This record gives sequence, structure tokens and C-alpha cells, in this order.
Amino acid sequence: MAKTESNKTGSMVVKRGLAEMLKGGVIMDVVNADQAKIAEDSGACAVMALERVPADIRRDGGVARMSDPEMIEKIQAVVSIPVMAKARIGHFVEAQVLESLGVDFIDESEVLTPADESHHIDKFAFQPPFVCGATNLGEALRRISEGAALIRSKGEAGTGNIVEAVRHLRSIIGDIRKITQADSAELFEWAKRLQAPLPLVQEIAETGWLQVPLFCAGGIATPSDAALAMQLGAEAVFVGSGIFKSDDPAPRARSIVEATTHFRDAAIIAKVSRNLGAPMTGIGMDNIEQRFAERGW
Amino acid sequence: MVARSKKSKSELTIGVLALQGAFSSHEAVLNKIGVSSRQVRTPQDLDVVDALVMPGGESTTMSQLLESADLFEPINARIKNRMPVFGTCAGMILLAKTIIDGRDDQLSFNAIDIDVQRNAYGRQIDSFEAEIEIDAPGGSFHGVFIRAPRIVSLGSGVTPLAYCGDDVVLAQQDKVLVASFHPELANDIRLHELFLEGV
Repeated sequence: MAKTESNKTGSMVVKRGLAEMLKGGVIMDVVNADQAKIAEDSGACAVMALERVPADIRRDGGVARMSDPEMIEKIQAVVSIPVMAKARIGHFVEAQVLESLGVDFIDESEVLTPADESHHIDKFAFQPPFVCGATNLGEALRRISEGAALIRSKGEAGTGNIVEAVRHLRSIIGDIRKITQADSAELFEWAKRLQAPLPLVQEIAETGWLQVPLFCAGGIATPSDAALAMQLGAEAVFVGSGIFKSDDPAPRARSIVEATTHFRDAAIIAKVSRNLGAPMTGIGMDNIEQRFAERGW
Repeated sequence: MVARSKKSKSELTIGVLALQGAFSSHEAVLNKIGVSSRQVRTPQDLDVVDALVMPGGESTTMSQLLESADLFEPINARIKNRMPVFGTCAGMILLAKTIIDGRDDQLSFNAIDIDVQRNAYGRQIDSFEAEIEIDAPGGSFHGVFIRAPRIVSLGSGVTPLAYCGDDVVLAQQDKVLVASFHPELANDIRLHELFLEGV
């Protein structure tokens, strides 16, 4: 065994390291071991275990919580790829439970009903890395300052509608571009406007990118949706309801994986988009009662 | 296919397999060294590169994408034709002779005579950083191990180049270099330079 006492686990390097390994891939929402197997068979780079897909949470209403540990362990038993799971915003005990299960990544997620209306989880206190959603750069930097190792644009989960994901990606990446053009005095104003720690804003001005990888989530239903997110600057995609709420999940999952890899190659995207059957029906933003993206502070 | 006369470093193009995983971090190291790199997603990309880096990521995902992109056979032919390759983590798994705890349908290039076990050090909570003993100028190397595979046996033609505890974590056989950790995340260009010496 190579592990010795001097080995360091749970560091930010190790946490961000796993996020790096997921780049260019598709992380798929699954609610049971059968779906997890289909996801792995289709080329998912990780699965997200949750109790109900966002479209069902939206339909059924009620309080959405962390998944049954039994279900998470069954999923861990059938796949060899990383297994993620969701905890409610601010619900650090759900996160502790997920940590004890050896979950590879914890998603502090607005798709579940928030447990705390002013505080997010102190993510530095945990061994597994955390991913958090963001609608804009300020929100992303606040989550990073709390210890998130990966940011995903929130989009609007469970709608099959990519419009909010595009809005959030454009907002985050657009502001990063503007900050790289700002002079040192303007960075103070940026930090104030974004309600984000100044050193993180200064670091973005220097490096031209976030401190952690940026993925896209919320509303991806087709191969073209995934490629759109990637061309806008996302480094990987989460697909929730889009796969297992479609007519024929396995081919759709495979095609989204291929489109995410070949995101600049329209001929390949066209090829993999043929004969996939109906995507999830989807809903317009004017027709939804609860915007998940508004959760989180 | 590119004619393989000896080129100077400035004329080289190093391919980075960009199907999935940490390919951009490898490109950043290559750019820092000053060699040009190219992301490889299609057989056409492969045709114009002189060597190939296979990054970390999910080996099962990459295996499937190698097939769907019609890249497996062309890469296999280039490796048999002595194209230098450097595999890190999942990339090492793809190059190994035998994969333990892989998927049944998982492909490998059988390019280096090692047996590797996937996720052998455990889940992400067991991922770790450690100093690696390496016989090179500059001394030890900072190793980042992410859900790392483990080299469980080496054939007689394989040279072990570095150890972490009792485990071989860097090994070479002819034109094939493999690491079970992530030199591209360590802010240290020495192992990429070592690879380029063989190109």
C-alpha cells in the first residue's frame, strides 16, 4: 500500500483534482441502480444519485430531501464511476451522512428544498469535494469562498428548457471577461457589486478564469443543448431529467456524451441526434410556479 | 501519417487525447514548456501529431468514445509504429496490458506490460497528495492521486522510475511512459520534459 502517514487527503488540490477529471464529460441524474448502470453503459463520467429527478420534484411538490442511503449504496455497488449525491442547501447533517457513505462529490443543491435561508454549508469542514450552483459570478465566488471545488451554472432544473442555463453561463463568463479588462481600482468596485471576496476577484483578473472548473446544469435535453453549453464555455455538463424523462434513455444518453466530446463538430452532433425519439416535453419559463434557481444566497 | 524523421522541439506537435478528462491541464504544461499541442478527438487530428498524451478522467468513458470516434484502431496502429505515448491515471489504464476491476467491455491498447487495478486506493475520500521518490534533477515529485489506479505487477521489460511507499507509480517501456498520479496538476514540468526527450 502506497499510503503513508505523510499522505494528505481532503485537500483543495485533491478536491479540485476530481473536478478536473470530470471535464469534457456528462454527469447523469439517476434515481436507482438500474438507471445508474444505463448511465455508466452510455459513457457517463459520473452519476448523481437523487430521490426524484427534478421534473418529478416539480410535478409532485412537497419537500425534496437527500436520498435514502440504501439507494445510494446500491448505486455505489453497481457502478465503478464516481457517485455524487445531493444535500439540501445549508443542511450540513445531510452532508455528513453523505460523507459517511463515501460519496465522491456532494451537490449542495437548490433542486432540493433549502434547509437554511441564510447560510450555506461550510464546505471546508468535509473530506469529499462539493459542487454548488450559481446564477451569476458573485454567487459562484461566494460558494468558492465557502469551499466549493466545482461550480455549475444552475439553469432551471426539471424544465427541459436550456434558456436559463444559457442566461447563467453568459452572465458568469461575461463578467469574467469584463474583469480581465478592469484596472486594479475597478476590481474593488467589482468585488462590492458582486458581493464577493476581493482576493478572489483579483485572482480572476490575473488568471482569466474561475478558481475551480465551471460546468453547466439545468435544462439540457438534447445533444445540441449539451454542445451549446460547451461552446458557451462550460467545461462539462450535468443532465438531469433530460435523459430518464425522454422516450428512450440509453441512446439519448450516449448521444449527449458524444455531443459533449465533439461539441464543435456539427456533423457529429447531427449524426448522433438522428432518431432519438421524443425528448422530455419541457416547459416554458412563464408556466413554472417555483424557480429553483432563486434558492441560494 | 507523418513522416518520422527527427524533428526539433519547435517543430513538434504533441497530441492530447481530448475525449474526456483533464486534457486542458496537460496542454497548459506543454504550452509552458514551449511545445505546440493539439487536442485529438478524430483520426484526422491524430494524423498530424508526433506523440500523444492520454490524460486522467474516466477510463470507461474514454474507452467508449475511442470506439464511437473510430480512434481506437488508428491510435493502436500508431503505438505499434512506435509513436511515443504518455498516459496518466485513466490514460495509464488505457495503455496497460491487463485491467483489473474494469468493465468487461473496456478497451486497452496493451502497450505496456503492466497489470493495473482501477480505483485501487479507494473512493474520492481516499484520494491523496504525497511526495514521490524519483531519481531526477530537482529531487522528489509532488504526486496528486485522484481515485488512482495501482500498478500491481510489472513485466521484465518495464522500468520502474518512481515509487510512492512500496508502489511503482511511474514506469516506462520503450516509447510508453505511464504514471498513476497527475503530473499535470502538480505545477512541475519535469515529467512532461522527460516524455518529450523520447519524442
